Amino acid sequence: MSLFHTIETGMRSLLGHRLRSVLTTLGILFGVAAVISTVGIGQASSDSVAARITSLGTNLLTISPGSTFSGGVFGGTGSGNSLTMADVTGLLDRQNAPDIAAVAPVSQGRVSMVSATGNWSTTVSGSTAGWLVTNTRTLDSGSFFNATDVATRAQVIVLGSTTASNLGVGIGDLVKVKQIPFEVIGVLSPAGSQGFGNQDDLAVVPITTAQGQLFGGAGSVQRILLSATSPSTIGSAYLEANQVLLQTHHITDQSQADFTITTQTQVLSTAQAVTQTLTILLASVAAISLLVGGIGVMNIMLVSVTERTSEIGLRKALGATPGDLFRQFVIEAGTLTAVGGLLGVATGLAAGYIVPRAANIAVTITPLPVLVAVSVAVAVGLVFGVYPALRAARLAPIDALRAQ
Amino acid sequence: MAVVEAAASAQVADGMELIQLEAINKVYGSGDAAVLALQDFSLTVSAGESLAVMGPSGSGKSTLMNILGCLDTPSSGRYWFAGEDVSRLNETQLAHVRNRRIGFVFQQFQLLPKMSAWRNVELPLLYRNVEDRRRLALSALDKVGLGNRIDHRPNQLSGGQQQRVAIARALVTNPDLILADEPTGNLDSASSRDVLAVLRDLNEQGHTIIVITHDPEVAPVAKRTVHVRDGRLVEGVAA
Repeated sequence: MSLFHTIETGMRSLLGHRLRSVLTTLGILFGVAAVISTVGIGQASSDSVAARITSLGTNLLTISPGSTFSGGVFGGTGSGNSLTMADVTGLLDRQNAPDIAAVAPVSQGRVSMVSATGNWSTTVSGSTAGWLVTNTRTLDSGSFFNATDVATRAQVIVLGSTTASNLGVGIGDLVKVKQIPFEVIGVLSPAGSQGFGNQDDLAVVPITTAQGQLFGGAGSVQRILLSATSPSTIGSAYLEANQVLLQTHHITDQSQADFTITTQTQVLSTAQAVTQTLTILLASVAAISLLVGGIGVMNIMLVSVTERTSEIGLRKALGATPGDLFRQFVIEAGTLTAVGGLLGVATGLAAGYIVPRAANIAVTITPLPVLVAVSVAVAVGLVFGVYPALRAARLAPIDALRAQ
Repeated sequence: MAVVEAAASAQVADGMELIQLEAINKVYGSGDAAVLALQDFSLTVSAGESLAVMGPSGSGKSTLMNILGCLDTPSSGRYWFAGEDVSRLNETQLAHVRNRRIGFVFQQFQLLPKMSAWRNVELPLLYRNVEDRRRLALSALDKVGLGNRIDHRPNQLSGGQQQRVAIARALVTNPDLILADEPTGNLDSASSRDVLAVLRDLNEQGHTIIVITHDPEVAPVAKRTVHVRDGRLVEGVAA
């Protein structure tokens, strides 16, 4: 029998059992649609995490101090105060660290601020002029403090846009932090919420002022932020920073290092690994529903073979070869899954269009999961169609004819 | 016209041996449970002949019909069909023999319920990739007197008409042999007469016909009658 007639015969038989065919198709349809939309949601959240982290600066390195160790108890990474302004000076040396573009020490704490019209609590960071570059921020108005301000412990403050508006202050106004008056010299451009707290609710003062008048602990810093000259030099910047700190801390054995350097890339890959795991989890659940759909196809094909035993016997008597019948049943199963798969793609794409508009969940549909879902659906149909088709092909014509 | 067409394309000339069964044995089961359905069974049928195979149920006539129709193969012995040894063919080769050389008429008609009469008649042609199937199907329906029922579905036809559609389906490939298994088993006497008349006509037009039956009223449709008893051939003995 020609392939055309085999297909035609298969189609006739599927149309002959319309309701059954539609229900079987639905199993595959929802499986494929579920795979496409869950992978789409996972992809979208992964993209948005990556975008948020990238906006923090991909060439940023953060140095944290090592652990405290007192009375046999480790305080954990970051609890020590091994980082000093001397380290900052060392890192600023272009000779030893040619790939480091900017350095900013940070010592921060939570404080209450009072202005003429109101008060507000926020995080104040003590830093240097490098803060602006390492945090990839820009000023909306005014200016940032410079090296002279840091050297002279100037009582100047730069505010985030939210902080400034909550305090009701602008350039030139005074705010009091712990009773000490600071002059507002700059307001930062809004950066928006970045998923790690509101980046517009903060204040920055010269680190010397912070250490001397706000937090104490002169000379030691909580963290040091570094900017590599470009994202591609981040690796060498990392090595240079490591080398400089080992030297200034007089440490020869890397395993004894009392500091930790992390990159945004590491944060990025961690975050991506998390969303990827979630995506895989969701997609697995969807894939299982696709598998269940496939088993549904097999189930229906087995019912169909049993129900049509006498038809199979007749076709054999009239000259259908085992190959003819095998092909007919595989084509029937393949058609059910292929149609289900294509409708599933349509449903998945429709979900990708409707869900972001109806539920504010981002969905990013990429071609790969669509192709994979459809191929898997068709493969499932063929694989699960083979067994029923073999049963049909192997039926002895006389037994099949006798069944009524 | 029908006569000419049939005679022109039949593959075996009249009077030649179409079927030769040589010492056929057919065993079902094995060991102690083995049943010998046919024993040392030999039979020759010439092209153009009409033969009635009679016997009570359990006599082995169904087994004989399955082997004659290439639906089953003998356990031993040789079956020559139109000069070809078909007793050792595999399933696919047997399917080709059935498709090209044998037309079946069953007791239960075996029409596909969702297809019109002409679609049913067309079926065997689909398995041999013949062009012009509709014309051949209509011509076969015409021969059995159903030229005006081509688009009717089986459930819109009487039993006799359904069996005539089945005969048209057996006829459409212009086979060497038309094998009818209890063709009137499910019909009333008027319809039976119609169907038997069609079979007799076809034989007169040159088709070789074998009718398997237990009904003495059916046997006279054939010019020669053989009896099967306990798997053995008893030629010419009255039932």
